Amino acid sequence: MGGLIGRSVFPGTASGELLVLDAPLSFWGGTDLEGHIVDEHHPQRGAVLTGRVVALPRARGSSSSSSVLAEQLRAGTAPAALVLTEPDAILMLGAWVAAELYGVRLPIAALAEADYALLAAGAGRARVDADAEVARVSMLSA
Amino acid sequence: MTDLELSEEDEATLAGDRGEAAELCLRMVIALARVRGASRLLSVESAHVDGCLYHGQAGLDFVERLGELGGRVAIPTTLNVGSLDLRHPELVRAAPDTAAGARRQMAAYEALGCTPTWTCAPYQLTHRPRQGAHIAWAESNAIVFANSVLGARTDRYGDFLDIAAAITGRVPDAGLHRDENRRATIRLDCSGLPSRLLAEDAAWAVLGHLAGRLAGSGVPVVTGGPTTVTEDRLKAFGAAAASSGGVGLFHVVGVTPEAPTLEAVAAPGLPVHTVETAQLRAIRDELTTARGAEIDALCLGTPHFSLTEFERLAAELADGGPFDPGVTTYLTTSRAVLAEADRLGYAEIVREAGARIVVDTCTYLTPILDAGVRTAMTNSGKWAWYAPGNIGVSVVFGSLAECVASARAGRVVRDEALWAG
Repeated sequence: MGGLIGRSVFPGTASGELLVLDAPLSFWGGTDLEGHIVDEHHPQRGAVLTGRVVALPRARGSSSSSSVLAEQLRAGTAPAALVLTEPDAILMLGAWVAAELYGVRLPIAALAEADYALLAAGAGRARVDADAEVARVSMLSA
Repeated sequence: MTDLELSEEDEATLAGDRGEAAELCLRMVIALARVRGASRLLSVESAHVDGCLYHGQAGLDFVERLGELGGRVAIPTTLNVGSLDLRHPELVRAAPDTAAGARRQMAAYEALGCTPTWTCAPYQLTHRPRQGAHIAWAESNAIVFANSVLGARTDRYGDFLDIAAAITGRVPDAGLHRDENRRATIRLDCSGLPSRLLAEDAAWAVLGHLAGRLAGSGVPVVTGGPTTVTEDRLKAFGAAAASSGGVGLFHVVGVTPEAPTLEAVAAPGLPVHTVETAQLRAIRDELTTARGAEIDALCLGTPHFSLTEFERLAAELADGGPFDPGVTTYLTTSRAVLAEADRLGYAEIVREAGARIVVDTCTYLTPILDAGVRTAMTNSGKWAWYAPGNIGVSVVFGSLAECVASARAGRVVRDEALWAG
């Protein structure tokens, strides 16, 4: 099995339908607790993040995003996994706290730009396997 | 990946010597250190916590867990705003469930030993960090002020990590704690701007908005401006730059403590952006989302109104009539500043003009504005940026004098000469 190898930001294993975001997203102010994108300026406003492997070029904005992501993880409305281009402390902390409090794991991977572009060109189901150091992101179907 | 070196005390904390809450919090700090590529942890002198704002059950569960595990802050720790005005609860129209959760969350942070300051402007309180002190502050405007104006050192901390740093007294040696990350990445040349415009707080908010857009998460440096800039203007600049971009530190040459000269903060060949009055006017108009001239509210005090802003507003109100009854004026500040403004008589003048003074929270975060408010005017770049998305109102951005004149007239009054250059 192939797959793109990157850095693990938060460990875990999950799969889901790939959703590639076309613009940066702040979870605080940009998503609601039901897992929708609600940012009025976002091109994918209304899209559902719940249960999907979400690829986002950059997280953006408020550090309150940690709390919003943790709350989505508690409520079962969070993405299944996140794939970024650089490690993001705010999203990692949201995943860390949800794992600590509720035992739910949201794997977060960071890929190099070129690998991220390969993933972003794909569609279908994707899987993220992240251990303490390394993350593997694979497409499960074309 | 960089190896993280822990002190003997850190090892003891991980072994449980300081209790379960400290152990959990230090594991979180270490998780962050790994992501940030830090090779060691630093001790911090104070913390400012933003996690007390209620975003749902998870944030409340987290702080209550720390309390159950015997958590207690190890360093002086101030609290940012909550979702309620505890002194004037009738001013916030939160749903009963949300209000109950918000109240519990605020109480839970206080129970960990945090000081109930409830302000996003902890730098307006008596005890301020000294230059060069390592601190762990959260909330973007507080962070950028502490780094830039006080010359203290904090990285951009936020929910969860803020209280973890307060309980452990430790943070990763990374980001803005380190010299190499405090150098300017872009210069804004303001030598072409009229001095009358740069004597206006609102112009610094607009300039900050531009700086955030140009710098992203980098470090802007301002040159060519006046050599005396009030803290209120630096506050407005930083808050706007931390909203439109991810700015955690800026320099103003000849003004802020780390930038006596350009050379002190910048390498030769730094990219330069020449700022023109027309560009600032364009940003002022971009921050204005309302189409017409009607306004039905005025919102001042984001970040929290300072005593000098109270003084200035009281002076503006000295001549001229009260606010139009169709325009409700809201002013947000801290308990500490309000006590001083009451003592000096400024607050009474502001109330007599018809303003509602709100403490402990902010008007762009929680339902405070009357339900009928459609369009609000503000002198805050940060409020203008966030309010349309957060609370669904249209915004008119202007200077304090324009805001006061508009609130009296019941419609937008502009001082076009100010922005014409």
